[in-house]
Amino acid sequence: MEVNSDASEAETASFEQPGGMLAGVQNVLHRYPAISPAVVLLLSGIVFALLGNGRFQRPETLGIILQQTAVLAALAIGQTLIILTAGIDLAVGTAMLLTHLVVAKVAIDQGVPAFFALLAGAVVGVALGAFHGALVTKIGLPPFIVTLGTFYIFNSLGLIYSKAQTISKEELGGENSLLLWTGKQISFGSMRITTGVLLVIFMYMVFAFILANTAWGRHVYATGDDREAARLAGIDVNRVLLSVYMVAGLLYAIGGWVQLGRSLSASSNAASDINLESITAVVIGGTSLFGGRGRLWGTLIGALIVTVFRIGLNLAGVNQYYQNFAIGALILIAVTLDQWIRRVGR
Amino acid sequence: MDPEGGQVSSNGDQLAPILSARGLVKLFGRVTALNGTDFELYRGEVLGVIGDNGAGKSTLIKCMSGAMTPDEGEMELEGQPVHFKRPNDARAAGIETVYQTLAVAPALDIASNMFLGRERRRPGVLGAWLRMMDKAGMRREARSTIQGLGIGTIQDMTQTVETLSGGQRQAVAVARAAAFGSKVVILDEPTAALGVRESGQVLQLIRDLRDRGLPVILISHNMPHVFDVADRIHIQRLGRRVAVVTPKTHSMADAVAIMTGAVTVDNTA
Repeated sequence: MEVNSDASEAETASFEQPGGMLAGVQNVLHRYPAISPAVVLLLSGIVFALLGNGRFQRPETLGIILQQTAVLAALAIGQTLIILTAGIDLAVGTAMLLTHLVVAKVAIDQGVPAFFALLAGAVVGVALGAFHGALVTKIGLPPFIVTLGTFYIFNSLGLIYSKAQTISKEELGGENSLLLWTGKQISFGSMRITTGVLLVIFMYMVFAFILANTAWGRHVYATGDDREAARLAGIDVNRVLLSVYMVAGLLYAIGGWVQLGRSLSASSNAASDINLESITAVVIGGTSLFGGRGRLWGTLIGALIVTVFRIGLNLAGVNQYYQNFAIGALILIAVTLDQWIRRVGR
Repeated sequence: MDPEGGQVSSNGDQLAPILSARGLVKLFGRVTALNGTDFELYRGEVLGVIGDNGAGKSTLIKCMSGAMTPDEGEMELEGQPVHFKRPNDARAAGIETVYQTLAVAPALDIASNMFLGRERRRPGVLGAWLRMMDKAGMRREARSTIQGLGIGTIQDMTQTVETLSGGQRQAVAVARAAAFGSKVVILDEPTAALGVRESGQVLQLIRDLRDRGLPVILISHNMPHVFDVADRIHIQRLGRRVAVVTPKTHSMADAVAIMTGAVTVDNTA
């Protein structure tokens, strides 16, 4: 590319990235961080379709992928918000399980109507999130430490509260209970999804809108990008952080509801991988662990990639011990890519 | 020269200072950062603030911009006493500060940075109920402010700030201050990280701001820059104002001598 005017030579020149095509790719990825996970999802879909003996590309499989991703994807929304502020939440899974146990126990033991039991779950979820937020903002503890601590605490509370018993579908009021509404099947031909899947997609639309179009969303990005700059620009950074953790708390409750519908039961030892997998989904989805950059839709794609890898490798007949290897490698590639993209303009 | 009490500025045409301080004291433990500093800024001027490291320049400026609260002393804006507890208080009063660390969020675009913390909402239901930002409007206004300041090299308001050169980033920060600073603009070391050419552009921006009627406080270590654009120069030493000089009456060597204590001046209390 040629510099077009003498007067602006110095400035114009600074926009030119050396390296031609590679630099162009770097710039595009910098601008649209959800592109690379989308490409990975597409490619892995194609590869597994070729390897899976024709089973992977069936509509049934797509339905199963979506159902299996729903809870992870719901929790990954909150995880994305927190990581955008340069934080991290190691306790999403245990917090979600504790919340869904509250819903189940309040409904069964206290005989509270399902709607109010769900409301109680939402209150508890937000309270757990507020507890995280308070420790982060008031005491100034690093989010990693806060949620590492609560990971154990919530796990323990869940076991104590439920006495490690699984609450069955019948106890929860059967298929038609509002508690299990998210497990209702919807068929599109031979593809079956659940209302839980639709609920999660709706949550993504809501939060993608909020992040992109409201001042709060912009403040979330600014807080993670450069906290001091955000503070000096007049943003109440602690309030933003507290609100983010509380929103993540609300998503524990929604994720818990989707979990009830997914497993048609409530148990303190379900979904044990989900704490780390939510981080995996965010990172593979192109959101930077350093905060301030990323797109929510990338996280949904990241969550789908995790499930696609698990199911795809399974259907391809690959020893399941290789699943985590593949996902681990993907994380390393994603983070390396992120580092490279962040170097734009340096 | 600046007479006692600061009733008349060197310009002579403006009687009362727009921003003033009397006897500011700020202690950090046993360290006295400000030891009874006085300060005056008049309309239509660029006031340079110089001083050695530890003289209390930054602390003085942080008191003016609301980033710190003085332990003692009074500040007045347009003759009214003001007590800033946080940067937003000073900003609401019409004092905008461009901090040394730039205070721009690198991953956000130019328009977002210009309106950071003051986002505009769309009119009607979209803004009131859905709380949608008026992105197009903010971009438009960002562009017109930047062009109004003659920074024509920045065209795309959706460019992230990290892709800009140091001078352009500084220009964005100055443009933000100019767009919102209705009374005073404070620039803290605006040329510290810049090359010769970019420094020149920023100095021109400072003159433009003054010519548009905005008084500017310029804190800098760079004597040639200060002497280039300042109308008056406040010299800070050991937590006090030891002199106010002008580039017409004093040389850089004089200023350095006063700043380091080699020469004492007794025209200011």
